Order: sequence, then structure tokens, then C-alpha cells
Amino acid sequence: MIKIVKRDQPSKAIFFFTPVLAIFLTLVAGGLIFFILGFKPFEALKFFFIIPIADKYGFSELLLKATPLCLIAIGLSFCFKSNNWNIGAEGQLTFGAIVSGGVALLFYEQEGFYILPIVILAGAIGGMLYASIPAILKTYFNTNEILVSLMLVYVSKLILDYLVVGPWSNPEGFNFPETRQFSDSAKLPLLFEGLRIHAGIFLALAAVVISWFVFYKTYLGFQMKVSGFSLKTAKYAGYKGKKMIILVFLISGACAGLAGVGEITGPIGQLHREISPDYGFTAIIVAFLGRLHPVGIIFASLVVAITYLGAETAQIFMQIPKYTGQVFQGMILFFLLASDYLLFFKIKFIGSKK
Amino acid sequence: MHKFLIRSFVSSLVLLFTLTVAAVAKDVKAAFVYIGPTGDHGWTYQHDVGRKAVEAAGFKTTYVEGVPESADAERVLRQLANSGHDVIFTTSFGYMNPTNKVAKEFPNVKFEHATGYKREHPNVSTYAARFYEGRTILGTIAGTMTKSNVIGYVASFPIPEVIRGINSFTLAAQKVNPNIKTKIVWAFTWYDPGKEAEAAKALIDQGADVIAQHTDSTAIVQMAEKAGVYAFGQASDMDKFAPKAVLTSVENNWGPYYVDRVKAVANGTWNQKDTWHGIGDGMVVISDLDSQMPADLRSKVKKLQADLASGKVHSFTGPIYDQKGNLMVAEGKTADDGMLAGMMTYVKGVEGDIPK
Repeated sequence: MIKIVKRDQPSKAIFFFTPVLAIFLTLVAGGLIFFILGFKPFEALKFFFIIPIADKYGFSELLLKATPLCLIAIGLSFCFKSNNWNIGAEGQLTFGAIVSGGVALLFYEQEGFYILPIVILAGAIGGMLYASIPAILKTYFNTNEILVSLMLVYVSKLILDYLVVGPWSNPEGFNFPETRQFSDSAKLPLLFEGLRIHAGIFLALAAVVISWFVFYKTYLGFQMKVSGFSLKTAKYAGYKGKKMIILVFLISGACAGLAGVGEITGPIGQLHREISPDYGFTAIIVAFLGRLHPVGIIFASLVVAITYLGAETAQIFMQIPKYTGQVFQGMILFFLLASDYLLFFKIKFIGSKK
Repeated sequence: MHKFLIRSFVSSLVLLFTLTVAAVAKDVKAAFVYIGPTGDHGWTYQHDVGRKAVEAAGFKTTYVEGVPESADAERVLRQLANSGHDVIFTTSFGYMNPTNKVAKEFPNVKFEHATGYKREHPNVSTYAARFYEGRTILGTIAGTMTKSNVIGYVASFPIPEVIRGINSFTLAAQKVNPNIKTKIVWAFTWYDPGKEAEAAKALIDQGADVIAQHTDSTAIVQMAEKAGVYAFGQASDMDKFAPKAVLTSVENNWGPYYVDRVKAVANGTWNQKDTWHGIGDGMVVISDLDSQMPADLRSKVKKLQADLASGKVHSFTGPIYDQKGNLMVAEGKTADDGMLAGMMTYVKGVEGDIPK
């Protein structure tokens, strides 16, 4: 007979095992879906997860795709660890890109080593400004940060629409909704000739290292952790809750803003309406799949990034609808949440009683 | 029905012809990059109908749907160019820069970019349709059918393509009914059924009894059906989604162009071109005219269609005035393509300002 027993303590081993289990279950379910759709499951999975990164170019594209996801997810982990539900990273990314893109346009056709650092900084500040809105409203007016941050995503996209259609549109561009191309001095340097992978990856790696340090080696990290477990305990311990809320939102906004900078000054090279295929939302999956742990987030961003590349390859070579990629992302999150059940409960096999 | 018969007859002729040609041509593979899902019943759906015509002509095709205009477009293009495709059609404006960038790396692959203007390398062509000719027809119908003299128009983005459509529509409507006003709602989207339905509702509430659209979903014609007003289908024949409301549709017919270009690649006669085809070349097609329209209007529309096709009538024939009353096109003159391509002012009779 099988019995389900509540655990006294959430299991730490299971905590890090469930993401792997979730990915495994996603592959099994994905294979099953391919089979039902009439494709050979193993071949389809090969085109989805192996072929896209089988060569140097493919692998560089994987890193390119994972960079913004990793950066945003690291930022979000500051918020999520401390019980602040910032769902609006996409908006912070967009606003960061707007500010940094605006600065880059100011330097149109100018050269200089100082331009890029200013452009990058502007993006981080833009993201922070935008993230400060839900943070301040939450701390001083007790609003729900989930709603505010989410709604601001749509506001930021409308601001971007307005700018690229109107005042910032390329004067030689027949009024199409896009800006001029940034000058080379305002663009992130490429790491290898012929590949699109750019210096933005170092921003993501720096964020990983810094976040690890803050989480596990500083008082702030401890405060965040305590607030995450119990807000009442944090209050009782005398932590300055408001300050911390604002701080984690600012960090999160800066990371999302930098991810936006990486896209527009990296592979895109200008501002237009679609600078991000919803990285800010997908990064939420990445953050949870990585268990809000910096190293976990690196792996999670690579896993989720490959679902994008795989979906393209599978459609080109096997005519599998590209939207399967989103199904995979959804399944990963679903199985992760479902297997979290094992964190708090264990399954016991006991001998049959008569 | 008769139109369907003619179309099938023509397409079987085309098929027969291409089968003979394909027998001698080398294996050419064409790829298509779509912005939306093939089932959107609008922009992407019609491009996919065009792709199927290429398949029917005996060529192999590949497509990738839902490719965002973000950094991802470039990767998809490079992968298609790298995997043995000879010609790649990129079917959204936002693919313009990635198309030119990848074209530089693959000089032996031909690139065809829809609705853009950049042809930076000899292996890049551009193509677009003169949809405004179709809107001249719609304007004529709207101006005749309206009772409230208020016509609603759901627009997407304030770019020349859309402004041109609004103007062409309004000019034609004024010609048959000088009292009409065109009210615009900017939806700031190409495809968002929720927003589009809301925009249509707002226009109906303001007294519009005919709704035109320059967005892609079927939400607007369905809203019109519910409210009991008239509407026009966009991109594909939307009659089946709102049989009472839809008077006719302007269909985007890419098939002939696609077959033509892929064949040119196969024969080695492909060259760089900037194509802008209208009703005359069959890139813009008017669907069946609804029987709710009076017979004399239907025959008038048929004649107008023939005249637009032959070039006897031009959608922008002077005198045309802007909203402030300044002369845009003098009497007896027609607007040239340069003016049309950069058109960013409303003509007289359109209400409101272009968002800036």
C-alpha cells in the first residue's frame, strides 16, 4: 500500500532534485506529445535539444539567448527570495532599453570609448527607476506589487511604441516604427568574429557572482532570507522592511534594464517595437527552475534558452509547429510546481495489512 | 461561385504549366518566415496560402511561424540560409535589417522582403501590394451603404501604408457621398482580437454604421455582426466569420508573385526588384460582393475594379486637399509613387489628428 506522509522538514536533497525531475518529466511528456502528433519522438527530441547546439555557432546562439534570461532571473531572485513578487521584469527591461537607447541615439554617429559605459549605465538606471514605482507604491501605499508591476509592463510597451513611431523614429526611415541604427561606439563588442555572442555575457556572469556573495555572505542576504520565510519574524527582529523592499526591487530592475541594454546594443543595434520576446516573463520560469540559486539559474537559463532554439530547428527540419517551444516552457514550470509536492510530503510504501 | 471556378481553372493552368517547367528546372527550395501563426486568418494565413501555391507548383517549401522581430529573426534566417534554401521570403516589415544582414553573408541565396525599402545587397528584393486600391473599392461601398454618414476605421500604426489606406478609403467614400466623415481609432497593434473588438465597439457607439479595418483579426467583423452594422474583411475573405456584416473583403494574394519568383530562381533569371503590385497584377483581390448591396452598386464596383486594374482610374486623382484645405494633388494629376510611399497627412474629411 502507498501512503503519503507529511515531512517534518522540507527535504534539501529533494529541493535540488525536483528541477532535474521536472526537466526529465518534460522530456517524457514532450516525447509523448510528439508521438501523438505523429512525429518520431526521439528524432524530434534530438532536433529540439541536441542539433541546435551541436556546432560552435549553435552553442554561441544558446549563450546569446541565455544571457538576458540569466541576468533577469538573477535580479528576480533578489525579489522572490524576500517575498516580493515582481512580475514586471519585462517592463523594467523595456524601460531600461528606452533610456539606454535614448542615450545611444544622442551619441548618433559619434565615436568614443566613454559612450558605451554611459549607455549601459543609463539602461540600469532606467530599469531601476521603473522598478521603483511598484516598490514605492508597495512600501508607502500598501499596493499589490504583482498587479502594479505587471500593469506597468503594458505601459512601458506603449511608451516604446510612442517613441519609435513618433519622436525617435528614423528620419530617413519612411515613418516606419524604428529608430536609427546605433553607432559602433554605443554597441557591445562581439566576442568572436562571425558570432553574435557579445560582451553582455560578462554582465550576466558578474550578476551571478555578486548575487551569490550577497545571498550567502552578507547581512542583507540573511535579512532577505528571513523575510522570505516569515515577514513577521523579520519585523520582530527589527529589520528595516521598507528599505529592503525598495533595494531588492532596484537590484531586480537594474538587472532587467541591463538585459534590455544587451539586446538593443548587442544583436539588434536599434530600438523598435519588439526588442524582447517576453524575456521578462520567461525569466520567472528560469528563476524558479534554478531554485533562486545563482548556479541553478545559470543551468536553468541554458535549459529554457534551448527550448527557443529547438523550436525553430524542429520546425525547419521536421515541420513541428514552433509554438511547441512555449508548450515545453509551460510544462517545465508545471512539472516543477507539481513535483514541489515531494518537498513537503513523502511517499511511503508499507506492507499490506489485513 | 463562378469566381471560384475561374480561379480553379486558372490555378490548374498554372499548375500544368509549372509541372512542365519544373520537370527541367533544378530542385529549388523556398523558405518563408512568418510573424504570426499560420491560422491567424489574416496576414500570415494569406502568406501561407501563397506558400502552398509554390508547393503546388512543384517546389519544396519550409516555413517558420511566430518568429519575433527581435534578435531571434536573424538566427532563423541564418539557419534557413544554411540549410539548403535557395530563396527566403521574409514576410514582415521588422525583418528588414536582419534580412539585409544575413543576405550579405549568403550571396548565393536570394532574399525577398515584404513591405520594406532596404535592398543593400544584390540578392535582396522587396515586394508589397497596393492595398490602397482595394480600399478605394471599400470606400465606394461604405459611402453608398452608410445611413448615419459616419464611417469607422480601426487603424494599426501611423505609418504611410496605413495613412494611405485611410486617405484612399475616405476619398472614394466622399466621391459617392460628400457628407461622410471617417472616424479613426488607433489600436496600436496589428493583431490583438481584444483591442480590435474594443476599438470597433467604440466606433459603433459613436454612430458609425460601416466599419473598415487595417488590423488582421476577425474580431472587428464579428463585433460588427453583433451590433448589426456593416464591415469589410481584411487580408482574407472573412465572410464566413460574419456573413451579415461583411460586404466584401480585400484579399492579399501573394501566390502568383511567389510562384513567379521561385521559378525565376529555378531558371536562373532572378534579379533584384522592387515590386508594388495592385489589383491589375492580381496581388490585391476583391472577394465576392454581398447580395445585400444594391445591384447598381455591385455593377459600379465591378467597373471600378476593372478601371483600377487597367489604370484608367487612380486611387489618388486630384484635386486632393489635406485637412487644412491645402492642395495635395492638383486637378487632373495623380499622386506619384514617391508621394504615396511617404504619405503622412490626412486628406480632408478624416476626423482627428495623426498620433505623433
